[in-house]
Amino acid sequence: MRDLSSDLPVTFQSVALCAGATKILDRLSLTITPGAPTFIVGPNGSGKTSLLRLCMGLVGPTEGSVSWGGRDAVGPGRLAMLFQRPVMLRRSVAANVTYGLKQAGLPRSLRKARMEEALARVGLLELAARPARRLSGGEQQRVALARALAREPELLLLDEPTANLDPAAARSVEEIVLMAAQSGIKVVMASHDLGQVRRLAGEVMFLVRGRLCERAGAADFFDRPSTPEAAAFIRGDLVI
Amino acid sequence: MPDSLDAWQLIITGDAALYTIVRLSLAVSLSAVAIAVVVGLPLGAMLALTRFRGRTALIVLLNCFMGLPPVVVGLTVFLLLSRSGPLGVLGILFTPLAMIIAQALLVVPIIAALTRQTVEDLWREYRDELTALNVGPAGRMATLLWDSRFSLITALLAGFGRAAAEVGTVMIVGGNIDGFTRTMTTAIALETSKGNLPLAMGLGLLLIALILVINGAAWAVRAWSEEKAG
Amino acid sequence: MLNRRLFSALAAVALLSFGSVAAIAQDRSIVVASTTSTQDSGLFDYLLPIFKAKTGIDVKVIAQGTGQALDMARRGDADLVFVHAKEQELKFLEEGFGVKRFDVMYNDFVLIGPKRDPAGVKGTTDITAAFDTIRIKKAPFVSRGDKSGTNSAELKLWKESGVDIDMAKGAWYRDIGQGMGAALNTAGAMNAYVLSDRGTWLSFKNRGDLEIVVEGDKRLFNQYGVMLVNPEKFPTVKADLGQSFIDYLVSAEGQKAIANYQIDGQQLFFPNASRDPS
Repeated sequence: MRDLSSDLPVTFQSVALCAGATKILDRLSLTITPGAPTFIVGPNGSGKTSLLRLCMGLVGPTEGSVSWGGRDAVGPGRLAMLFQRPVMLRRSVAANVTYGLKQAGLPRSLRKARMEEALARVGLLELAARPARRLSGGEQQRVALARALAREPELLLLDEPTANLDPAAARSVEEIVLMAAQSGIKVVMASHDLGQVRRLAGEVMFLVRGRLCERAGAADFFDRPSTPEAAAFIRGDLVI
Repeated sequence: MPDSLDAWQLIITGDAALYTIVRLSLAVSLSAVAIAVVVGLPLGAMLALTRFRGRTALIVLLNCFMGLPPVVVGLTVFLLLSRSGPLGVLGILFTPLAMIIAQALLVVPIIAALTRQTVEDLWREYRDELTALNVGPAGRMATLLWDSRFSLITALLAGFGRAAAEVGTVMIVGGNIDGFTRTMTTAIALETSKGNLPLAMGLGLLLIALILVINGAAWAVRAWSEEKAG
Repeated sequence: MLNRRLFSALAAVALLSFGSVAAIAQDRSIVVASTTSTQDSGLFDYLLPIFKAKTGIDVKVIAQGTGQALDMARRGDADLVFVHAKEQELKFLEEGFGVKRFDVMYNDFVLIGPKRDPAGVKGTTDITAAFDTIRIKKAPFVSRGDKSGTNSAELKLWKESGVDIDMAKGAWYRDIGQGMGAALNTAGAMNAYVLSDRGTWLSFKNRGDLEIVVEGDKRLFNQYGVMLVNPEKFPTVKADLGQSFIDYLVSAEGQKAIANYQIDGQQLFFPNASRDPS
């Protein structure tokens, strides 16, 4: 299912995204390369979700361009995305995972083994036959992770996947994300939980009002923020 | 009341003529629904998922056709299938096939319109995920139809109810021929015109009972599969 | 899994009904455009099984008013017409839609009315006088209004009574545009007078307060005739099978069968066929 060319790096060249008259993202130029997890932080409305959706190719830029591995189209099956609220198909947990595999073009004979492996990785193998929509929010997010990871993506985009979860459920999602990152998958995750960012991030992109305000290694970002906005944000002050 | 006794006797003893009528009613209405499923589900899903010029007008038209007067449909099909009409060579006027066609015309708009609404609502929820999973247009349609299946059962029942309960089209294109195109509803109309009101009422109750059984069965299937699939 | 099973079940039902359509289409059958009076009176239920046993031919009856039945044949949708409005039938012949017309049987019309008889015509034998009285007293009267044989007869009787019904009609005259049974049901519900053929009246179950108030006038004579639809106009007409039904109706055997049909000991139709077309 993986061809030889890679979707990384993802490159934004002076990208702007508008919704009507509102500019959501503005003059954004950045590159996402393989390596430690990249976290996108910033106040509400700063454009975190939009940045991820552009990365995923769910929307196109209003101005500028986005390219994947030098090409201007997304390669099938190599990118995966998790949403704040997981979308569970009205079928069993197992069927949700195999659905993702089928869409990625994996031959039918291989799907069951891959599905079981993925569910085992997120610790939900014993719930395989249950209707997915009957699971708790945390379990649903883990099913979504299993569905995404089973496709062996190169890049995993996560849009505040733990925002609606209790601490224990959030922690188990974090563990899976960490495991994925350690296995070589590039993780790009939006989060407003600075504790989570400290635990997982390799580097941090700090957005304010649609602009990339600061980008730095996680330790540098937290210890020596180079902009007053980032310093205020880390202190928990209001940043507008 | 000897007549009402007759009616119950007919029903309880499974009178052969009555059995023919019931079987024809079910065969015609279920066939019409089957055709409407084959046409209406893809049509509704297509309308939900694609954007083209005139789409809104088509949707308004479809919603309006849900209330199409059966008599008008009957008359139209009649004129088309009449020996003097454009499709007269087929020679299918006053046959069950003509009744199936006419009822399918009544049911297709209902199933297509309800399917469009259901699929469009679900598409709003699934859109990002299916796009993220790289699902193509045909796969989207299939996935959304399958995942709307519980709501679509209701659409099918609405279609079946309309087909089984209507008398205008089948009377006109079927001709209410004894033992051949006589359905529950045309038989009720006939018995009413004969002044045999108890028998007409008995047949009416039987029709309601049949529709109730089918609705009950569909509800059970829905509850059972919803339990399984969530 | 489930949808596959559901689909195959639906497909099976569809095939079943298409199959039965095809099977019956191969049968020897004719379509007869006839009147509600012959169907509602039960005559066909009695006669057709006898004919089928003798010849193996299925007769499919579409029961409408005479006017509608003739129009249906004018479109080529019937093989035979079996109706009761001679003037309309002769016009049909003149237009070339029919081959020949044969008298088959007769019964008579009766004036039905409420037992308390608001117009006071009960027991009289002059039907035109009765009609005139109903008009003068503005007693409720239900008209079929559907160009049927009975409707034609009714309109003719108003004319013979010297009444211009188009001028005279008011709230008392209810033109319902429906079949005989519906007209009787309506008359019963609003205590109105109504002209009916005797056969339908005798087999009608929901009489309520209605009874026969005028009968026996020779102007109430009701002749039924049968015609083969012209195969030169419509090649799809099954002339051979249709002709054998006509032959049966006018044969001694068919005439006897018609005479034998009774309800509660009363004969409904009186055979009077001649082998010569009129």
